[in-house]
Order: sequence, then C-alpha cells, then structure tokens
Amino acid sequence: MKNKWKNLKREMKKNRQLYFIVLPVVLFYIIFRYGPMYGSIIAFMDYRPAKGFFGSDWVGLKHFSKFFNDTYFLRVIRNTILISVYSIVFSMPAAIIFALLINEIRNSKFKKTVQTISYLPHFVSLVVICGMLKEFLGSDGIITSIFSFLGGERKNLLMVPEYYKTIHVASGIWQTVGWNTIIYLSAMSSIDQEQYEAADLDGAGRFAKMRYITIPCILPTITIMFIMKLGQVMSVGYEKILLLSNTANREAAQVISSYVYDLSLGASYPQYSYSSAVGLFTSVINLLLVTLGNKICKMLNGSGLW
Amino acid sequence: MKKRIKRSLGDRIFDIVNTIFMIGMMIIMLYPFWYVAMASFSNSSHLMAHTGILLKPLDFTLDAYRMVAKNPNLISGYLNTILIVGVGTFSSTLVTALGAFVMSRKPFPFKRILMFMMIFTMYFSGGMIPTYILNNNWLHLGNNRLVLILPALVTTYNLIILRTGFEAIPDSLEESAKLDGAKDITILFKIIIPVAMPSIAVIILYYAVGYWNSWFEASIYMTDRSKYPLQVILREILIMNSTAEMGAGEGGNAVAIAESIKYATVMVATVPILCIYPFLQKYFVKGTMIGAVKG
Repeated sequence: MKNKWKNLKREMKKNRQLYFIVLPVVLFYIIFRYGPMYGSIIAFMDYRPAKGFFGSDWVGLKHFSKFFNDTYFLRVIRNTILISVYSIVFSMPAAIIFALLINEIRNSKFKKTVQTISYLPHFVSLVVICGMLKEFLGSDGIITSIFSFLGGERKNLLMVPEYYKTIHVASGIWQTVGWNTIIYLSAMSSIDQEQYEAADLDGAGRFAKMRYITIPCILPTITIMFIMKLGQVMSVGYEKILLLSNTANREAAQVISSYVYDLSLGASYPQYSYSSAVGLFTSVINLLLVTLGNKICKMLNGSGLW
Repeated sequence: MKKRIKRSLGDRIFDIVNTIFMIGMMIIMLYPFWYVAMASFSNSSHLMAHTGILLKPLDFTLDAYRMVAKNPNLISGYLNTILIVGVGTFSSTLVTALGAFVMSRKPFPFKRILMFMMIFTMYFSGGMIPTYILNNNWLHLGNNRLVLILPALVTTYNLIILRTGFEAIPDSLEESAKLDGAKDITILFKIIIPVAMPSIAVIILYYAVGYWNSWFEASIYMTDRSKYPLQVILREILIMNSTAEMGAGEGGNAVAIAESIKYATVMVATVPILCIYPFLQKYFVKGTMIGAVKG
C-alpha cells in the first residue's frame, strides 16, 4: 500500500504537466456534473433557500410518496411514454425508408442535393422551429388552411389537446428525418457491392434486393438504434414542450421533465425539493432502462454502448 | 467496368417514382422556409387577409425588415450570442482538447476511472433543480454570462469524438518530438492538434451550434434584458408574442405589422445558418459517424 502511494507520487511528479493538463476537465466534471448529483439529495429534504442546503430538514421519502399520489402522476407518465412511443414507432421507420430510397438514387449529384436539403431543418434552432409551428398552426396559418381544406375545422390547432402529440411527433420527424438517415446510409455504404451484382445476375428487382440484401445488412444498426431509443423512453425533453404548450393543450403536452419545471422554476411558489424528487425518480428509471438496453444490445450484438 | 444489364421496365418506373418522391420530400423540407421568406416581404395587411399557400410576396415591401432593424433587443441579442458562441466555443474546444489528449495517451493511471466518470454523466445527471441551485445560489452565476458557458463547457460526446481522432495519430510522431525534448503541452499544441484538425473542426461546429441554439439556460438565469442572447429574444417575439411594442406607433396597424415582423425575425435569425451549413455539413456528418461507432 505504502509502496503504491510512493509509486503514484513519483509518477505524478514525473508527469506533472499531464496532471495540469487534465485538471480543468476534472474540475469541470466534479463541479458542474457531480455537484448537481450530490445536490439532488435535496429530494430527501424540505429545502428552503433561506435555510440553505445544510440547514434544511430531512424528510426521507416524503416527496417520492407525494409524487405517486399526485393527481398529475398518471397524466405526466402517460404523456411521456406516449410521446416517446409515437416518436419511436413513426420516426424510426420514416428514417429507414427514406434512407433506403435515397440509397436507390442513381444520379450522385441529385442524391447529394436531396441529402443536403433534407438536413436543413436540423440546423434551425428549436425556438425558430416552434415559432414557425405556432404561426403555421394558428387559426389562419398555412397548415390550418390545408387542414380545413381537407375537411377539418378552422381553429388554432395548438389549442386542441387531441392534436398536440401528433404535432409534436410529426414536426420532430420533419426536423430530423433527413439527419437520422446518415447512420443508416453509412451502414448501407459498407455493404459489399458483389452481393448486389450477384443478385442482378439472378434477375432480382429493386425491392427484392432491398428486402434480401440491404435490410438484413443494416439490421444490426436498426436494432442498436431501437434499443437505445427504448432506453430513453422516459426522457422526453422539456424544451420543445415549454415552447409549444399552452393552458389549452397542457393536459396532453405535460411530460415529466416539463412538470419538474412547472413545479419549480415556472411556478410562483417553487417546490424545489418536490420537483427534485420527481426529477431524481425519472433519472434513476432512465439509468436502469439504459443499462438494461445495453445488456440486451450486448446479448444480441456482442457489443453495447459501453 | 461492370456490364450493364439492360434495365427492365419495372426498374425504370421505380426510378421515376423515386425521383418524384424525392422532389416531394425536398419541397416539404424547403417550403416552410420559402413561405416564411415570402411572408416576410409581404405587405402585412394583405398577409393578414391571406390564407393558404404563398408562392410570391404579396405586394412586395421591406417594412417588416425596417421594423426589425430598429429593434434594439434583436441587435443586442445578436451581439450577446456572438460573444457567447465565440468565447464559449473557444474555451470548450480548448478544455476538451486538453482532456481528450490525456485520455488518448497510454501512460495515465486514472484513465479508466476518469472515462467512466465522464460517460456516467451521459446517462445520469443531477437534474434541473439541483443544477439551478448550484449555479444560482452557490456559485452566484445568476445574470452572469459565464453561466451560459461554464456549466456547458465540456460535452462527453465531443470529448469522445476528439479522443477517437487523437488516438488515430501514430505514436511515432509524438515519440520523435519527445526525443527532441518536447514537453506534453508542446506536443499537444504543435503536433496533435494540427494533425487532428478535421476532428477539431467537428467539435468546434458542435459546440458552436450548441451555444447558438441554447435558450433555456439564459431564460432561467438571466434577469437583465440587455444580456439576453438571440434565442431568448426570438422566443419573446415568436412564442410569447411581444411584437406589439415594435409595431406600436405605426398608425394603429400594430397587429398586422406584428405578423410580418415575426417572419422577418425568423429570416434574420436563420438565414446566416442556412448559408453556412451546406459548406460545413461534411464535418457534422463525420461527427455523427464517429459518435455512432463509439457511442
């Protein structure tokens, strides 16, 4: 033991510069990443800013049981899971099909143009995207006009709770479908061309080649993406929700992460400890889900995320 | 070269249908921006009365842009964002490069535990409120522009991308410099960073986009309007409908003008990005690829 310390000291002295170089990164992670993790023990306290972190009373699991009995508990969990599931069910196939069809474009210039244009919405900030959505979905917006032309009622579509999840997921697909093809296209580009040539000789058509060569070859990529997405099923980000939700659609739009905001920073009487408990509860579930997903990935593929 | 097998009719029909589909997709991706552009050049009262598709400006005018140019918040927002993107991207890239350098070097005893510490934060975080209390009540960073940079200084994902780039550099380069007596820091700045410039470019862009797009942090920490970055100003104008004050004093036409001001604001905030990204997209694509492999 003593010897080990001595060796370590010698090594630190020898590579002094290396330790100075790594110091900023280590400090960053300790203060700004592990600091809040330590701070999340306020979920077990009745934190009062006036009393401070060390002066507040411990209350055990009070806030967690409060969350389970919260009238909004089922609502936020349901909204979170539904938005996640809709996103997975619609956006993954959309990206895969789009990638398959891009892969079939013969003219490489046209292919590049399609790709570049499909990446465009990905580079526009979320605030601008949501601002555009608000305009387009307003009672005289262009999407509303198309909607009413097709037989729908003309009104502000963002005010209708029943439409919220569709709007959220569909706009998400529009913004990311092009970008999400990158990973599948790169998997397709590593497929051996000889397989296609052999299939040509057998007289296979385009769909047959897609079905029997392309899709089986990218299946491992699809599986990994799917499991990763499943691991994030409880973590719908609050940013888009905060930008798009309003008092009318809140019942369909409020997810766990935005509920944490509504309880604390967005409230006139912030409940710091309670909202931290809600946040901590979901963080732990997320971690378990990701770990589980990683295990499954390793079982199927031999390699996981870590 | 390969022998072209005569293409069947079905094959050709597929190509035609696929081309039409792709053109349709491009229209869906582009049209919203086209609509915004045309609406921003339109006469606001005509625009108010108009519903449905817009292909060209209604009664072309630059009024909305005149109003936008007069908005002091938008100008200060732009300046704040440029400052944050500049300083933030530079410091983030520097600190990430320092970290990635040590993490990609073989003789460092704490490499494994440090890497685990970093990756763990990708899947578990303290959450919104503890982070807020730390930054605001403990570090007293509230209303200080540093709060938009320091807590976002290093992204583990970017550090992994850069580490992968550094690892690809052959050891022989480093060793010959070491024989010449070069210190670690010299090796990093004189050899590693110049050789790994393509990976550095990837993370510079990722950080820059991150700082450019971020709005939530500023909206909870900043109380001083003059320190608001562009995205927070945009949120006020686009989401919280505060255009009325800009249109005020324009002959009671405030509501109508507000409409086209919004579109002009979107243009002013988005066009610079849209002009740059086609030239930089290959770096972004490269980043997602490394990230996907290394997870």
